Amino acid sequence: MTVAKQKVLALSGDEAVAYAVKQSDVDVIAAYPITPQTIIVERLSEYVHNGEVETEFLCVESEHSALTACLTAAAVGARAFTATASAGLALMHEILYVTSGCRAPVVMAVANRALSAPINIHCDHSDTMVERDSGWIQIYTENSQEAYDSIIQAFKIAENPEILLPVIVGLDGFFLSHTLENVKILPDETVKNFLGVRRFPSVKNHEGKLVPFRLDPENPLTIGPLDLYDYYFEHKRQQEEAMRRASEIIKQVHEEYANISGRRYGDGLIEAYRMEDAEIATVCLGSTAGTVKTVVDKLRYRGVKAGLLRIRTFRPLPVKEITAALENVKVLGVMDRACSFGGFGGPVFHEIRHILYDAPTHPHVANYIYGLGGRDMSYMLINQIYQDLQKILETNRIEKLVQFIGLRE
Amino acid sequence: MSDWKFTVKEIAEKPELFSSGHRACAGCVPATVHRLVLKAARGPVIATHATGCIEVSSTIYPYTSWKIPWIHTAFENAAANASGIEAALKVLRKKGRIKNEKVDVIAFAGDGGTYDIGIQALSGAVERGHDFLYVLYDNEAYMNTGIQRSGGTPHGAWTTTSPAGKVIPGKPQFKKPIADIMVAHEIPYVATASPYYWKDLIAKARKGLEIEGPAFLHVIAPCTRGWRFPPEKGIEISRVMVETCIFPLWEAVDGEYRLSPPSKLIALKPEKKKPIKEYLKIQGRFRHLFTAEHEHVIEELQEVIDKRWKRLLKKCGMA
Repeated sequence: MTVAKQKVLALSGDEAVAYAVKQSDVDVIAAYPITPQTIIVERLSEYVHNGEVETEFLCVESEHSALTACLTAAAVGARAFTATASAGLALMHEILYVTSGCRAPVVMAVANRALSAPINIHCDHSDTMVERDSGWIQIYTENSQEAYDSIIQAFKIAENPEILLPVIVGLDGFFLSHTLENVKILPDETVKNFLGVRRFPSVKNHEGKLVPFRLDPENPLTIGPLDLYDYYFEHKRQQEEAMRRASEIIKQVHEEYANISGRRYGDGLIEAYRMEDAEIATVCLGSTAGTVKTVVDKLRYRGVKAGLLRIRTFRPLPVKEITAALENVKVLGVMDRACSFGGFGGPVFHEIRHILYDAPTHPHVANYIYGLGGRDMSYMLINQIYQDLQKILETNRIEKLVQFIGLRE
Repeated sequence: MSDWKFTVKEIAEKPELFSSGHRACAGCVPATVHRLVLKAARGPVIATHATGCIEVSSTIYPYTSWKIPWIHTAFENAAANASGIEAALKVLRKKGRIKNEKVDVIAFAGDGGTYDIGIQALSGAVERGHDFLYVLYDNEAYMNTGIQRSGGTPHGAWTTTSPAGKVIPGKPQFKKPIADIMVAHEIPYVATASPYYWKDLIAKARKGLEIEGPAFLHVIAPCTRGWRFPPEKGIEISRVMVETCIFPLWEAVDGEYRLSPPSKLIALKPEKKKPIKEYLKIQGRFRHLFTAEHEHVIEELQEVIDKRWKRLLKKCGMA
């Protein structure tokens, strides 16, 4: 396959997401406006009202109904999309589990935003971190280009008959959602061919007959039944197995997409930036990685062996890939844009430190909680983290395991 | 409007879309209501259900009573389920991805899933104008969790969260006029039905399916366990409810109220209207009202029934 000729448009992250949805032949969109996701639903409404897409757009009365309608639409066989943020995602919480449990391949963009109270409309990852156990694949993007690319990939991942899991694509609120960027756009036909139409695996119905997995009057199927201690556990296990399979599928889809677009984000799961011989490194998610890369470049220029590991796919957690990428690191700083109140550090810290328990080498691992409620993560602050890591490397001890960074103490 | 005529034999011969073998209680009227509603099917149907007693008792995995495609997602969103199904059918048919035929969509929910936790999704779905039939099977309390009061529980009734206490004798509030609330949404079809008048019920369900846009069918569904009556009495009680005018039968087509025959008969012959006591005394949930101390509650209830009945007659142009 050859890389397609692409046009460049100046789009905000939200607009890039909407554009990707427009090209993905989505059948049903159900959404409710919430800052900083609003531009997504505004653009999609324009596409629908101008007849640019063949999509049923449901302007529902709540996020709870938005995700519900996407779930049942997907159960009928539709390609379904929604978008939300913060409180909207929290209101969907119940249905997130129902969606993954019903194996409905819904794709959702989340313009990451802080949770109330106090109310705050700006970026952090508290909203999606709450949902990390909800059975959704989670992809965090670094820029609007990646948000565009990831939405298209997400449909292909979610709808893979081996997977059938819903996908969240996160883009940092305002930093990406509202910031204009040059975004390369694939031709409509290329996206259409890449995605194709939904295929349905066969499942056994209550009469033991093999039927397509969808609500089809010719092949009745009961979806979402009462499932007690005699079968529920097996069904949950199947979800976990689908998650495990998803890692490979995410990599494959990412690679296929790279072949038509020319764009790669690491291996689709993680992106190791200047990690080959890195002694000190940070781990982060989302748009912060862009600034971190600049800091790493500067440090490298000065001869410091610094690196960055950006986790693109947080669920399923790429354990093998993370372990391999951190093999030679001596001091690691894990950056969390969310707080686990009363826990031992932030959620990403929990995961990374946990992975390293079984690693052949044990680096020092410190946690930096930053940027809550949209607090800017500047070049200076990131540089400060690397100085801290350098100090740990030299003294061979961590003074403070979990720190809040960039706030009044 | 529907010109569908049917005989008992035809109904008996129609396939059972809600099959026997479910685990509902002996004498469960809600189960009968589901069976009757599905007898009105005119072609392919997809059903969805709010969490509730029939949802759980009809789908214990790996068994199901549903011979049609069926989905349950949660408690408060039956109407949102229907919205997604209807939208998907519409667009997939347009794109030629499914057979080009009309598929009816029915959402079932109990009183908890309609009056209380589900009213937001219901209001939103009908405002958007989805083409579906919403069937409220009203057994007047949260029976699935063991008889807790809902917005549909009548005044004075005992439930486990409105107990017949020494100070407060049952539920202090009155039943929410849910069907009128639906009429106020200006949807094309709203009706009430009782399983005793089963032909009326089936005909109304059919109208709800045939009409373009949202239709709301409020079916009273006595619960043997929750209302405290013997299992064989449910259908009889659903008759007395109409005779006492605590649950009159009517339909509103495009907002125009019209009494259905059993209630119209009472409107024409007011002497046929039975006092509410006759209804209350055949159920255990009102037993505590038949004491000198609490008798005033019966009077209060009668007053409200009379007031609402008068108001309904006015709406039907029969006052």
